[in-house]
Amino acid sequence: MAFGVLIVLACLAAGCRSSSGSGEGGSGAVQVIEDKGSDTLVNLALAWAEAYTEIRPEVRISVTGGGSGTGIAAMINGTVDIANASRAMKPEEIAEAEANGITPVQFIVARDAIAVVVNPENPVSELTLQQISDLYTGKITNWRQLGGDDRPVVLLSRESNSGTYVYFLENVVRMGEKESNLLFSPNTLLMSSSEGISAEIRQNPNTIGYDGLGYVTPDQKVIAVAQSADGPYTLPSVATVNDGSYPISRPLYMYTAGQPAGEVEAYLDWVLTEGQALVLKLGFVPLE
Amino acid sequence: MIEALIRVIGVSSIGLVLLIFAFLLREGVPAFLTTPLRGLFGTRWYPTFGFFGTLPLILGSILVTLTAVAIALPLGVATAVFVREVAPNWAREVLKPMIEVLAGIPSVVLGFFGITILAPLVREGLGTPTGLTAFTGSLLLAYMALPTMISVAEDALDAVPRSYRDAGLAMGATQWQTIWRVVVPAARSGIVTAVMLGIGRAIGETMAVMMVTGNAARMPITLNSLFMPVRTMTATIAAEMGEVAHGSAHYHVLFAVGILLFVFTFLINLAAASTIFQKRRRGGLR
Repeated sequence: MAFGVLIVLACLAAGCRSSSGSGEGGSGAVQVIEDKGSDTLVNLALAWAEAYTEIRPEVRISVTGGGSGTGIAAMINGTVDIANASRAMKPEEIAEAEANGITPVQFIVARDAIAVVVNPENPVSELTLQQISDLYTGKITNWRQLGGDDRPVVLLSRESNSGTYVYFLENVVRMGEKESNLLFSPNTLLMSSSEGISAEIRQNPNTIGYDGLGYVTPDQKVIAVAQSADGPYTLPSVATVNDGSYPISRPLYMYTAGQPAGEVEAYLDWVLTEGQALVLKLGFVPLE
Repeated sequence: MIEALIRVIGVSSIGLVLLIFAFLLREGVPAFLTTPLRGLFGTRWYPTFGFFGTLPLILGSILVTLTAVAIALPLGVATAVFVREVAPNWAREVLKPMIEVLAGIPSVVLGFFGITILAPLVREGLGTPTGLTAFTGSLLLAYMALPTMISVAEDALDAVPRSYRDAGLAMGATQWQTIWRVVVPAARSGIVTAVMLGIGRAIGETMAVMMVTGNAARMPITLNSLFMPVRTMTATIAAEMGEVAHGSAHYHVLFAVGILLFVFTFLINLAAASTIFQKRRRGGLR
């Protein structure tokens, strides 16, 4: 939460240049685009904003984290131009927006894979979705049951307001079944940031966690995941996410209040075309 | 003129507290109307899926707070006795300001210390599955409650008349016996106040607790709960309030948790105040 709220004026360099009077247009009016939301997307959104102000110094893009819900709420209240979200808007959020006279427009801007990670000391390296689900619902409580060491399992998760939490619950714990009402085990540790998860994974060999592929650091061990026990077990990567063989991946969204126009439209066009070149560098998966 | 100004300021601060409470009530009471009481005091806290059982959070806060006070009380009283009764004057002059400095360390810094140093020590030292436990949180809270408890307990010892000590020593008691049998019992109600204020400090603390207790909303009713993760009321509000949709059931329940927290601290402060008033009425020691 608090960790995510880093407000960065992405255009520091570019902004200084234009204020020193080199702008040939001479109109002097600097357009500011406010972009807020998902902590999963924040690094990518920052990279886009920085690259875009290189090309268009007269546009400033201010990127803020805080979570998908925060960004969508701000878009509904009209305080930001673009909301970043790692999940689709909920029906009640759309209803709230429409009550405010706003029709949200959805753009898929990149794809993300959720990696399941353990401490490098843990000998377990392959799991099926069913096994991960059993771990997170508390059915499996010792690594020995999965062929690992005799150690208790410590479950790590993002906070319940994170888009990653909802995605993981629906698609991994409940294995995509709408009827399922499985929930995370009450023993699951809810961490308020990606850094909280990686810190605990790093120092505790009992842990299992999940987070966006872009946030996995080299000191965590990534688990190869299979849809069913027959395999194949796949490690998350750009190739496996794009060809659909890695089972835990999802689209990332940007929302605008109504059809975008002017600078916002130009920016989104750029994000969906040239901007895709940056996606890979940040550990996400570009659109095909 | 100045008198009137001071009066206005004094009244307005009370007014502000009332306004805050009115606001809490306005936002929190709908939770009691829309969510059935059995749901509200149920054992499952999954706010994203409509399970608003606050019992794990309430018990979590109580567990962490009481353990913290149990750790801090002997340390606090012993320190107060040492500073007031045993330490030579020069040491007292050095120690008192140092204790005040303890109170000034930001809780997020302590939380960082807890997550990087204390949690691994707890896990390896006690063999718990994870170092992010209720006990780790209690250790940090005890440390944070100590300065308050020490200075209040020390004031209470200070208020014990010199004649008590002289009488004890004249009866042939050693200094040790005088302290434990005469001075500390005479200051008992002041020490109770110190404990109450320590509890008040501990139950309201948020940041450090959120960082080191693991925030798992499990019912802390098994014997090993102290060495398992726990989720407190304050951490829940802090972690979830920023993302909640305005006016939703979850939003109102978070305010209801705030009301509970307010009532708890109010009762504790009331208990602390009443011990002070009792003493006043008896005309005894402060």
